[in-house]
Amino acid sequence: MKQTPLHDLHLELGAKMVPFAGYEMPVHYPTGIIAEHLNVRTQAGLFDVSHMGQITVTGEDVPKWLETLLPTDIVGLKEGAQRYSFFTTESGGILDDLMVYRLLDEYCLLVNAANKDTDVAFLEENAIPGIQVTLKEDRALLALQGPQAAAALESIAVGATKLGFMQAAQIKVADQPCFVTRSGYTGEDGFEISIDQSFVSKLASTLLTLEGVTPAGLGARDTSRLEAGLCLHGNDIGPEFSPIEAGLQWAIPACRRSGGERAGGFPGAERILSEIEQGASRVRVGIRPKGKAPVRAHAPLLTPDGVHVGQTTSGGFGPSLSAPIAMAYVPASLSEAGGAFEAQVRNKTLSVTACDLPFVPHRYHR
Amino acid sequence: MTDLKFTAEHEWARLEGDVVTIGITDYAQDQLGELVYVELPETGIQISAGQEVVVIESVKAAGDIKSPVNGTIIEVNAALGDEPEKVNEDPTGEGWFYRVRVESTGDLDFLMDETAYQDLISSLD
Repeated sequence: MKQTPLHDLHLELGAKMVPFAGYEMPVHYPTGIIAEHLNVRTQAGLFDVSHMGQITVTGEDVPKWLETLLPTDIVGLKEGAQRYSFFTTESGGILDDLMVYRLLDEYCLLVNAANKDTDVAFLEENAIPGIQVTLKEDRALLALQGPQAAAALESIAVGATKLGFMQAAQIKVADQPCFVTRSGYTGEDGFEISIDQSFVSKLASTLLTLEGVTPAGLGARDTSRLEAGLCLHGNDIGPEFSPIEAGLQWAIPACRRSGGERAGGFPGAERILSEIEQGASRVRVGIRPKGKAPVRAHAPLLTPDGVHVGQTTSGGFGPSLSAPIAMAYVPASLSEAGGAFEAQVRNKTLSVTACDLPFVPHRYHR
Repeated sequence: MTDLKFTAEHEWARLEGDVVTIGITDYAQDQLGELVYVELPETGIQISAGQEVVVIESVKAAGDIKSPVNGTIIEVNAALGDEPEKVNEDPTGEGWFYRVRVESTGDLDFLMDETAYQDLISSLD
């Protein structure tokens, strides 16, 4: 089992460690998931996300080449800009979702921990001469998320608050050069800070001394992303779901759609672009159980007259709502908010309704 | 020492007369994390040892609680419907699950005393 450079700090903080994507990671600290989640929503939570893959791509023609693998506008990506994107499969599914940003002459891809080795292999297999793909295993990653994140970070990183949502910059944080982006996976304003792993422990300790900043584990990361309606790869998205089914068409700009300057040209483009025009036959929706019992992932969904029409892909308890929440795929014809379904949980059926996402409004710094 | 008896599945049982009160241990609530839902059985039903009678859901996970005894459920802790967190706060007190009238108090002879249970959980850490 691998460890992040913050392993000792997690243990000092009293974290409960669990295996996740090949790493020993903190699922929560002694305060517990609910308190950590609420701190993210009202103050600021510090997450260790060093297990994620930080990949840099350099060389000539990187933007054009990346556009053969991503349905994103990379050619037009300005220095200091970040986009949400995904590698697509030939059949139009999602191989992995990622963040891509451009800093200096590098294109930095932030990918899921569980997929980082296959993503690097995928990039290398598809590389053209002159392209270098590097998994930056010497870098750690912290996410500082919540309404007090900006004030806290600015106190040790002058200029951090000048960043807008989905912007990136090289900024000194506590005197160490870092790649900072204003983004995250909680629905809150916040930052992700990429730093050389030999300095991350000191930086994390410094951040935890700042007003309002408390540690948050993977448990609170999952509850906050679920409330924010954000997809977890391997659950809510994957090779079996297209980006349009997942409701991620907003991440595909006009220049890559039919009729655009650089339309298509990525794996699965035919299906994906046709679904943008015609709609997908099934779509991702929010699910609100009527009672208090959580409906977790992989619960079958039936219409009130008993026809099996879909299943949940994520689900649990939303601490900000103090209620169970889930996400599911259902036929597009049944996806309207308020639609009634029955979820099968342990041989019982629970009444649930479809709803719009997110469950908790995003509060990004726009 | 307490008057509680324990199962290897981290339930506790307290015998008073021919009535046994059942709950989960402090170790179990700590492992599960914050409970958000407890599904209790109906009173009046007959249960046998090993039968799943309670479902608990924490923020992290769901779990089943099997009855350690045979008997008839005579009371459930309905307060857990609104306040499942009582199980975390006071697992062997206000966080009890249900009470069973047992046919034979001998069912409890199969359970561990506190010393044996403490040995078990220290072997798990």
